[in-house]
Amino acid sequence: MEVLLALMTGLLYAAGLYLMLRRSMVKLIIGLVLLGNGANLLIFLLGRIVKGAPPIIRADANVLTGLYADPVPQALILTAIVISFGLQSFAIILFKRAYKVLDTDDLDQMRDTDDL
Amino acid sequence: MLLVTGLALSFLYPLFLAVWPGWVRGRRAYWTAAVPALLFLGCLQAWEQVMQGGMVILDLPWAPSLGVSLTFTLDGLSFLFSLLITGIGTLIFLYASAYMKGYADSARLFGWLGIFMGSMLGLVWSDNVITLFIFWELTSISSFFLIGYYQEDQASRQSARTALAVTGLGGLALLAAGLLIGQETGGYGLAGLQDLQGLLTASPLYPLIAVLVMLAAFTKSAQFPFHFWLPGAMKAPTPVSAYLHSATMVKAGVYLLLRFSPSLGGTEWWTWGLTAAGGITMVYAAWQTLFRTDLKALLAYSTVSALGIMVFMTGWGTEAAIKAAVGFVLVHALYKAPLFLVAGILDKVTGTREVTQLAGWGRALPFTAAAGLLAALSNAGLPPFLGFVGKDLVYEALLAQGNSVALWGMALAFVTNVLLLWAGLQAGLRPFAGKPAPGSGRPLSPGAWLWGPPLLLALLGLVAGCWPSWPGNWLVTPALRVTGFPGREAALALWHGYGPVLALSAATLLSGALLAVFIQPSATRSQRWMRWERIAPEAVVHAGYRVFSTAATRITRLLQNGYLRHYVFAVTLFLLVVTAIQLVPLLADGQLPYRIAAVTVYEVMILVMMAASIGFTVFTRSRLVAVASLGVTGYAICLLFVFYSAPDLAMTQFTIDTLTVILFVLVVFRLPRYLTFSTPAIRWRDGIQALAFGAVIFLLILAVLAEPVTREVGDYYARNAYLLAKGKNVVNVILVDFRGLDTLVEISVLAVAAIGVFGLLKLRLKPTEWPEK
Repeated sequence: MEVLLALMTGLLYAAGLYLMLRRSMVKLIIGLVLLGNGANLLIFLLGRIVKGAPPIIRADANVLTGLYADPVPQALILTAIVISFGLQSFAIILFKRAYKVLDTDDLDQMRDTDDL
Repeated sequence: MLLVTGLALSFLYPLFLAVWPGWVRGRRAYWTAAVPALLFLGCLQAWEQVMQGGMVILDLPWAPSLGVSLTFTLDGLSFLFSLLITGIGTLIFLYASAYMKGYADSARLFGWLGIFMGSMLGLVWSDNVITLFIFWELTSISSFFLIGYYQEDQASRQSARTALAVTGLGGLALLAAGLLIGQETGGYGLAGLQDLQGLLTASPLYPLIAVLVMLAAFTKSAQFPFHFWLPGAMKAPTPVSAYLHSATMVKAGVYLLLRFSPSLGGTEWWTWGLTAAGGITMVYAAWQTLFRTDLKALLAYSTVSALGIMVFMTGWGTEAAIKAAVGFVLVHALYKAPLFLVAGILDKVTGTREVTQLAGWGRALPFTAAAGLLAALSNAGLPPFLGFVGKDLVYEALLAQGNSVALWGMALAFVTNVLLLWAGLQAGLRPFAGKPAPGSGRPLSPGAWLWGPPLLLALLGLVAGCWPSWPGNWLVTPALRVTGFPGREAALALWHGYGPVLALSAATLLSGALLAVFIQPSATRSQRWMRWERIAPEAVVHAGYRVFSTAATRITRLLQNGYLRHYVFAVTLFLLVVTAIQLVPLLADGQLPYRIAAVTVYEVMILVMMAASIGFTVFTRSRLVAVASLGVTGYAICLLFVFYSAPDLAMTQFTIDTLTVILFVLVVFRLPRYLTFSTPAIRWRDGIQALAFGAVIFLLILAVLAEPVTREVGDYYARNAYLLAKGKNVVNVILVDFRGLDTLVEISVLAVAAIGVFGLLKLRLKPTEWPEK
């Protein structure tokens, strides 16, 4: 399964990068979201994946025992998801404003303020 | 102790000036000379200890683990240089106080002069290669600021940059040489280095060390082909030219060679390197003086030539030759500095430095003329001036060699001396002789503060020449002892008896005088010569500089062109290539885990769904479809988190994904369809690059998965989550307890983003702020 997930991560990276190379600002933002998802999946995979063993201590125990998923990558990804939401929402709203003022989605037309 | 105080004073004085720049305006300005004068007296007072073999001024550990200490010693060689630095410095400060009268920011000049003086003293006192290097660079830096003193003049700034580039290059060479010496000898101290001469010269690194030391000395002392920065440095105010670029700083290279002569000298590399560079420089620069009509340019080239003589003599390495080099340092300082100062007075009073336009000023400027004449005669080597003694030393040392190479050297020295004699007469005599040009009225008198310092220096040259045993015994002999020779008494003498040396001196005088009669400085000749400047080292360096800067501009345009997607393309392409080089061999080895074991149906279904939604996101022509399928991708990842034991991640991903999609839809649902901006070729190029990048990421994950994993950190949290933090959900405990501060900062980031979003939503542009449609 790891191999398939790795393939999927590669696909997310490829799609994200391809969209970031486009001239449309909406595509740029979508590409960024895909790339972020790919990065999260990458960290998740590198921490090794385990089925059915979340890092939660049982009610009658004091420590985690047996097989359990590594909590550190999970904590990192949780942070990353939240931070990328901050970035995405700001980018989306910024795009909204820019579109309203400039009436274009083309990044090349947004390079400088004087030529418009 | 006095010297330490003085050194500190010369560095603190600029600070004082920075706070109170008005100090050097008006009559108070002459007090600035108190700083160098105090240091001069301090050095004189150390005379007795120096005669007994040197004294330690200061010894402080600085970086003991690196073997670097702040050790300053004053021995014979540094004594000679210290007296030149502080003595001539005093006169220069006095002269500059009068010269810079009327300049609003003369404080800047005096500040940098103070820093320069302190650094130069530090340079000659340093007993450690590393501190030597630091002060060496400090002199380069203060020289940079002094050459560029007239900041508003582009030529000044250009010259300052050239000088800094050349001398800075030499500084780096010196550091490299110092580190290599430290590596070979196990220490950075200069004292006792001559005892390790055998070790150093036998080392396989010796040629490199010698070349690096020479590079440092040649750039600083303006030896061919690095000489060109010195004539350029004449853009500086004249006191600076006289002080830094004639009397002291440019001699730092000679000082370095003399200092290292006992430890690195005595080899073929050393002798040939120094004599070749010095020999070429002295003749080339002396020849150049024939084609200069600007007084300061003429003096600059004659200075380069004189420095060439010093390097040339140092190279021979015999006692007589070193004595000639050391003696010439003193002789040259006493006649060249006054010539510069006289040129400065002429410039100030008459408004021109063109030697072809200057004549007959002797009557109007009697004292200046006297100073110029005395200096020119000392330069000419007329007895009983000190210049005569200096020239004799050179001839004597070369004659004593007695081989054919030395005879060739003698011929070179003869030609050089004749040409230098000519140059000295043009600078010191010609402007004052003859009839005044018509229409040049009586100028304002320059005042004693201007003509006093050059006259005093030139008179010193006469007095020292009349009683040469004084400078010989007190200055030259102690310096000689440092360079590893016993240094007999009466090192200098006026009369050497009848012999070939006297004949050579007389021949030099006669030829120089004849040359002066028959060849006059001429603007046409100098212009005709200027076309050869295209192949001079300076032109070559500047052409190289232009190529370099054009190439840099092109590369910058190529890489930093303002298109985000080009940046992304370049960055990922680089990453791609670098990572692929590492990963492809692994692929060939077949060590990567390709096995697909234990896959369930629902997992495959999720993956298929995900792949399909990614495809839709990329290829759809509707923004709304793209956003919706982006949401599907997010939910699929959410499900993966559920399967693989990450419930917290699943919840977060679900929430965030939903929010993002809603936000996106709100913004884009009214926008028209995508426009196609790029050509198919570009899309194919980007597609291939993107797929290759995805493939590299895939291989990277496989390569990492093939390695064993360490879970120390995770296990620590798993063990202690409940015991230390009283929480059962380990991921939550990490976020809010163990790494609570990080989470706080993260929340702040979100808050900032929220403020930004709020601001953008509430922003109401004024009509004037809308771009014209």
